[in-house]
Amino acid sequence: MSNASTDRYYLPQPSTWPITGSIALGLLGFGAAFSVNRLAAGYVLLALGFAVLIYMMFGWFGTVVRESVAGKYNDRVDVSFRWGMSWFIFSEVMFFGAFFGALYYMRVLSVPWLGEVDQKLIWPDFAPGWPIAGPGISEKFTPMGAFGIPALNTLLLLSSGVTITLAHWALKKGNRGALIGWMFATVALGITFLGFQAYEYGHAYSDLNLKLTSGAYGATFYMLTGFHGFHVTIGTIMLIVILARCIAGHFTPEHHFAFEGVSWYWHFVDVVWLFLFIFVYWL
Amino acid sequence: MSTAVHDHPHGHDDHAHHPSGLARYLTTTNHKDIGTMYLWFSFAMFLTGGVMALVIRAELFQPGLQVVNPDFFNQMTTLHGLIMVFGAIMPAFVGFANWQIPMMIGAPDMAFPRLNNWSFWLLPPAALLLVTSLFVPGGAAAAGWTLYPPLTVQMGMGMDLAIFAVHILGMSSILGSINIITTLLNMRAPGMTLMKMPLFCWTWLITAYLLLAAMPVLAGAVTMILTDRHFGTHFFNPAGGGDPVLFQHIFWFFGHPEVYIIAIPAFGVISQVIPAFSRKPLFGYTSMVYATASIAILSFIVWAHHMYTTGMPVQAQLFFMYATSLIAVPTGVKVFNWVATMWKGSLSFETPMLFAIGFLFLFTIGGFTGLVLAIVPIDIQLHDTYYVVAHFHYVMVAGALFAAFAGVYFWIPKWTGRMYDETLGKWHFWLSFIFFNMAFFVQHFLGLAGMPRRIPDYALQFADFNMVSSIGAFGFGLAQLLFLYVVVKCIRSGEQAPAKAWEGADTLEWTHLPSPAPYHSFETPPMVK
Repeated sequence: MSNASTDRYYLPQPSTWPITGSIALGLLGFGAAFSVNRLAAGYVLLALGFAVLIYMMFGWFGTVVRESVAGKYNDRVDVSFRWGMSWFIFSEVMFFGAFFGALYYMRVLSVPWLGEVDQKLIWPDFAPGWPIAGPGISEKFTPMGAFGIPALNTLLLLSSGVTITLAHWALKKGNRGALIGWMFATVALGITFLGFQAYEYGHAYSDLNLKLTSGAYGATFYMLTGFHGFHVTIGTIMLIVILARCIAGHFTPEHHFAFEGVSWYWHFVDVVWLFLFIFVYWL
Repeated sequence: MSTAVHDHPHGHDDHAHHPSGLARYLTTTNHKDIGTMYLWFSFAMFLTGGVMALVIRAELFQPGLQVVNPDFFNQMTTLHGLIMVFGAIMPAFVGFANWQIPMMIGAPDMAFPRLNNWSFWLLPPAALLLVTSLFVPGGAAAAGWTLYPPLTVQMGMGMDLAIFAVHILGMSSILGSINIITTLLNMRAPGMTLMKMPLFCWTWLITAYLLLAAMPVLAGAVTMILTDRHFGTHFFNPAGGGDPVLFQHIFWFFGHPEVYIIAIPAFGVISQVIPAFSRKPLFGYTSMVYATASIAILSFIVWAHHMYTTGMPVQAQLFFMYATSLIAVPTGVKVFNWVATMWKGSLSFETPMLFAIGFLFLFTIGGFTGLVLAIVPIDIQLHDTYYVVAHFHYVMVAGALFAAFAGVYFWIPKWTGRMYDETLGKWHFWLSFIFFNMAFFVQHFLGLAGMPRRIPDYALQFADFNMVSSIGAFGFGLAQLLFLYVVVKCIRSGEQAPAKAWEGADTLEWTHLPSPAPYHSFETPPMVK
């Protein structure tokens, strides 16, 4: 390495951001537990927790951005970031795995079992199938069709995967105009996806009578698409930050891991969506 | 090599001024400070969970209800399990990882020092959530540490506090694992190939993968409990097409790897201690690595052996029985290798070695009873009896905890620069060993005779063994105060320890660093041949 100051693996000074984050998580934990039990104090703690968390994220990420721009991270730190982000995404995959597992288990095992002869005493008229709410839920609902908005959303997310790759190519060629343009397009596609998703939820609740309480189908539908939508929201916020950093000129054609990390994350939510589209909406 | 740091002896500007007192520990980015905090936190949780165990054993001292009411008894069994697993044993080994991994691979620190601080400081809020839950209306979660619905769907606010505690603990483990994997893959000294890493590092690399794959699944499981409780989903309610057994599948998909998350770092410690006191290299290093990896992979396809009695199809029972029995093969390889390491070695029996040999005997017993429980027709008889309690305490206490004690006695000269009192250390071992067996060996008989677990009262014919077990448990608990005394005495007034405190120890922290290890070690990585 030519520059002596970056020869050393960067070890940060003592920092107050982690403990700030712990205070935030503590507040959120108590706040959430009290809120779900309808205690007024819970909502206050929850709001406070989110405020501290957002403050911490601004502070901590801001510090990392400043250190990166100041050239404190050498290639080896860059490799650390790559490993770190990859394994973080792997843990996210496993989180979705739990909910997909629940979906398959209900669809393939527990719902058919409820129609077997030893359940006839409790629910004599139950005919298993899918999509279904379950034997104890009499309220009817209409399942969500795959080839309306969900298909359009698939198209949007797949296109955003293309635009972010085009932005990456532009970044590597040093073409700032194209980089910012394609990043802007990616953000726009992400926000459009979220808008459609919100509209679809409204439609499901008001027109299809499909709710979180609609048994097996409702629970898996909303939990899977809901957690995915939450991840797309986070991804979109990350993209907006990266767009701002592109405009600020933080990235060089050689050194831009933040951009790549976010694009990995974006591809991850994209792939999860494909599974959702196939197993939740379509089949 | 880009980590080849220029030689600025302690002039490292990033570290020149670190705060002192409490602020030092709140803000530290140093792996040694963080490792120390992990270890002390773990010990505090060990005493907390231990007191809960003693409440359980006091109630079970005699038949009938004398000390606590049944609901509080259930809260104790639940919190004892959660606190010991997530608060005591896991953080203890993360503490070892923090202290040892950078020193053993010749790295200046962990890969993400600030994240490392956060991983630790997420634990106290989670512990606070768990302990506070005792004082909310309805009391703490009382469904057992496995949190099975429908009980968990019916409980009061204490359950919600436990759910969010588990979420935060999971975050801590995931962030810690990412840090450990990255450190091991990216920060090794030049020349230290993966297959030259000390075995303790290997076991943590594998454990970190287990954590990354298992903890998010637990987060998913408790999230489903939460939405079933408060948001009207029906994951675990047959009326809505769900199934309480679904929770057990998801939980044990996490829960069985969790067993190895606890055991594998213990294997790592033992694999450092036994060669050091046998004055021989570890027998079959390569096979140890592969055996550990095999155990880790197999741990993901055996989960339903915890659920033989739930009405699974026979084909599933057979599959899980065979897969579980298969784990005995790599585990046998490990036990064989440890014994072969000692074979014709120049053995000495200082306290770390005593705990390691104690581990070897008792963990093997726990492994064998595990094999017994893997067999479907036997397990259907023994399921939810004290035989199961005896089995997993042989693995968790005489396995993981004894290995942790071995590790503390082994490395404390390096950490503090001082030697512990050998006589008192040996007393600690023998008291622990004898009282442990007194507390738990008899529980095998109770289980075989049909005494159910997690019940505060029992039939009269179980009285004698329960009394023996309770006396053993209190003795074991008191013996741990001796451990605290030995450690404090060592830190305060132990004899000066040499750099290489053990003749047979040959990893980098002994051969390249003074005792105590300096605050910043290996800013210049050593060359490993």
